[in-house]
Amino acid sequence: MVNGILDFLWLVPALPLLGVILNGALALFAERPLLLREAGLPLPGGHGGGHGTGHGSHGSSSHGTSAPSHAGHGESHHETPAYRRLVSFIAPGVIGAAFVVALLCVLSLAARPAEGRTFVQILFPWIQAGSFLAPVGFQLDPLSAVMALVVTGVGFLIHVYSVGYMSHEPAFARYFVYLNLFMFAMLTLVLANNYLLMFVGWEGVGLCSYLLIGYWYEKQSAADAGKKAFIVNRIGDFGFILAVFLIFWTFGTVSYTEVFAKVPLLSHSGVLTTGLATAITLLLFLGATGKSAQIPLYIWLPDAMEGPTPVSALIHAATMVTAGVYMVARSSALFLLAPETMMVVAVIGAATAIFSATIGICQTDIKRVLAYSTVSQLGYMFLACGVGAFTAGIFHLMTHAFFKALLFLGSGSVIHALSGEQDMRKMGGLRKYIPITFITMFVATLAIAGIPGLSGFFSKDEILWQSFSSPHGSPVLWVIAAVAAGITAFYMFRLVFLTFYGESRMDPDVEKHVHESPWTMTLPLSILAVLSLAGGWVGIPAVLGGSNPFEHWLAPVFHPVAAGAHGAEGAAHHPAALELGLMALSVAVALCGIGLAYFLYRVRTGKPEEIARKWPTLYDVVLHKYYVDEIYEWAVVRRVVNVSVWLWEMFDALFIDGIVNGVADLARAAGDRVRRLQGGVVGGYAFSLLAGAVLLVGYILYRSVVQ
Amino acid sequence: MVEPSAYLLLSAVLFGIGVVGVVARKNVLIILMSVELMLNGVNVAFVAAGSYLGDAAGGVFAFMVMTVAAAEAAVGLALLIALYRLKETIDVTELRILKW
Repeated sequence: MVNGILDFLWLVPALPLLGVILNGALALFAERPLLLREAGLPLPGGHGGGHGTGHGSHGSSSHGTSAPSHAGHGESHHETPAYRRLVSFIAPGVIGAAFVVALLCVLSLAARPAEGRTFVQILFPWIQAGSFLAPVGFQLDPLSAVMALVVTGVGFLIHVYSVGYMSHEPAFARYFVYLNLFMFAMLTLVLANNYLLMFVGWEGVGLCSYLLIGYWYEKQSAADAGKKAFIVNRIGDFGFILAVFLIFWTFGTVSYTEVFAKVPLLSHSGVLTTGLATAITLLLFLGATGKSAQIPLYIWLPDAMEGPTPVSALIHAATMVTAGVYMVARSSALFLLAPETMMVVAVIGAATAIFSATIGICQTDIKRVLAYSTVSQLGYMFLACGVGAFTAGIFHLMTHAFFKALLFLGSGSVIHALSGEQDMRKMGGLRKYIPITFITMFVATLAIAGIPGLSGFFSKDEILWQSFSSPHGSPVLWVIAAVAAGITAFYMFRLVFLTFYGESRMDPDVEKHVHESPWTMTLPLSILAVLSLAGGWVGIPAVLGGSNPFEHWLAPVFHPVAAGAHGAEGAAHHPAALELGLMALSVAVALCGIGLAYFLYRVRTGKPEEIARKWPTLYDVVLHKYYVDEIYEWAVVRRVVNVSVWLWEMFDALFIDGIVNGVADLARAAGDRVRRLQGGVVGGYAFSLLAGAVLLVGYILYRSVVQ
Repeated sequence: MVEPSAYLLLSAVLFGIGVVGVVARKNVLIILMSVELMLNGVNVAFVAAGSYLGDAAGGVFAFMVMTVAAAEAAVGLALLIALYRLKETIDVTELRILKW
């Protein structure tokens, strides 16, 4: 046991898998029969699906009618079947245990010297064919350590939150099966020691995303959103798997350590040309644009908000969508060999950041604002990767996981309090009703807006500074990113003002029921608020008197080519005054955004509508998300459908069916001719017998005569 | 001593008459009789060849054929009677339902 606790690294993904099995058994054998029995009863109102927060309707209909054992309990909400209590214990429990194991592993890793902080655990060979070997193995190094801790930590909090949030759902166990399965896939993704196993996790999280977006599958829009997410991701996954093929073709292996060890050798010997590196990295980045919702494949993420809100927080904000950033950072050695790809990544990142931020301004659905905000923040992470500041990208990934998960969970708490209302135009003045939700969400909003001292400030400013100062960066990228930061501050404070301040615009029916969420929901909110507040303190830059331990922690992963090289260079070429000045400028931009939001939504509340009336076309275009969905519908979806219809009618119906039916027709026509020989007259048969005999005898005689 | 070719000629004539009877006639009874004629034509050839070659196998085969012919006649006539009871005809041109 020379590695101590690290030998138990496999437990980190295995524990969620155990949860999947246990909860799956409960879902199949305890919950499903119950739901089927309920569905079998012809009762008006049915069961309360459709909304995560439906009150009362489900409780009364199910308990009043199901089994005689429930008869005495009437409308009691507290009567939970035993399997539900078991599920709400197992599901967060396994994730919490995984978090503890991951934490112990990381602590043990941190005890090692910086150079030795790569631990690979091969469990068993998975695919072996000729020289190709893909094992099931896990790798813990500073990068995957950060990811594993974020995934299990935030994941655990969201599991706890889900227990409260989903408590009114009939399909309770099914939800947690999917959520645990997601954790298993995500941990496989981040802990895999080779690209192929990463791809397994990559596809696994895609599947869980699909299942959870379509959790309320009776609702057409949810089912459609699930399909959209899955199909759009296929495009990216196609790029990813092609990149893996190219990597194997070039390096003869798919394992990280071997690939990156061979990079310098192969690039010097000319096998790994810049063109080849560009091809590999562009294909990898295509995969990242799908999973991490970047232009041009971002369109699925806003629709993914059809899923339950904790899912939006966990999968579509904190973890899964950052998989692309992780993958790019993981492959940093390859990306740095392809300057064109780096530029593409930076430009796409910056463009996505500002593009989706502008869409966020006009959205009225609280979750959609956050969805576009997520797309925008992911753009920042890619901008960071594109300018070579992988550390900054991962740093922002981590802080974003904290404050965006908090924002989503807070919005879920708001929605829960308002019995399912998501339209911000029907909120307002919620500050005094749900104070814990308000305070925690306010902290997250300050963090995302980049107010100095909070986590978002340090990570975002690191990105801004790197996009300006790094050799791959440029002032143009800085301006775009800074403007996007201002817009972010604006729409986030718009959200807060519309939701928590001002007069109540709620339906009177809804207003009566407004209540603070149970502790299972407010506790995760509070913990995440602390993390959003303090999470950035691990990466305080040198110019502000910090030592940036986060960068030092990740340095062994990026050091050989990335962080060390231009981190030092950047500091050398640019005076601290410039860095501080830019920092002040970006904070000023953020404050302007906040001020504008205050002016428009607190002081002159009629002004936004006035502006919308003044430039109706502009407002319309932004409100409709620049009509991107419609353009895709026209330019891509229609075409694909048309080609498919053509293939169906021409190729399948005419060509393939033509061959099959043609052979059948031929046989039938031949039979139609031949059957006339069988006339039913015995004389005819006798004659053909005779003729045959004569011919045979004649032939034999002829042969004997000739010979 | 009659020439063997004469026996063979008789055999061929009998067989030929039988063949024409089977192919040309419509009455099932006549057809069955023609079949018997063909078999006996063959028997003549067997016996003649056996006698000419001094081989008993020819006679043995002739007896064999007679036995089979007797059985065939029994089965054939039974079928004929059954057929007549069913269709009230023994004209093969009218019995043509066995076709596709």
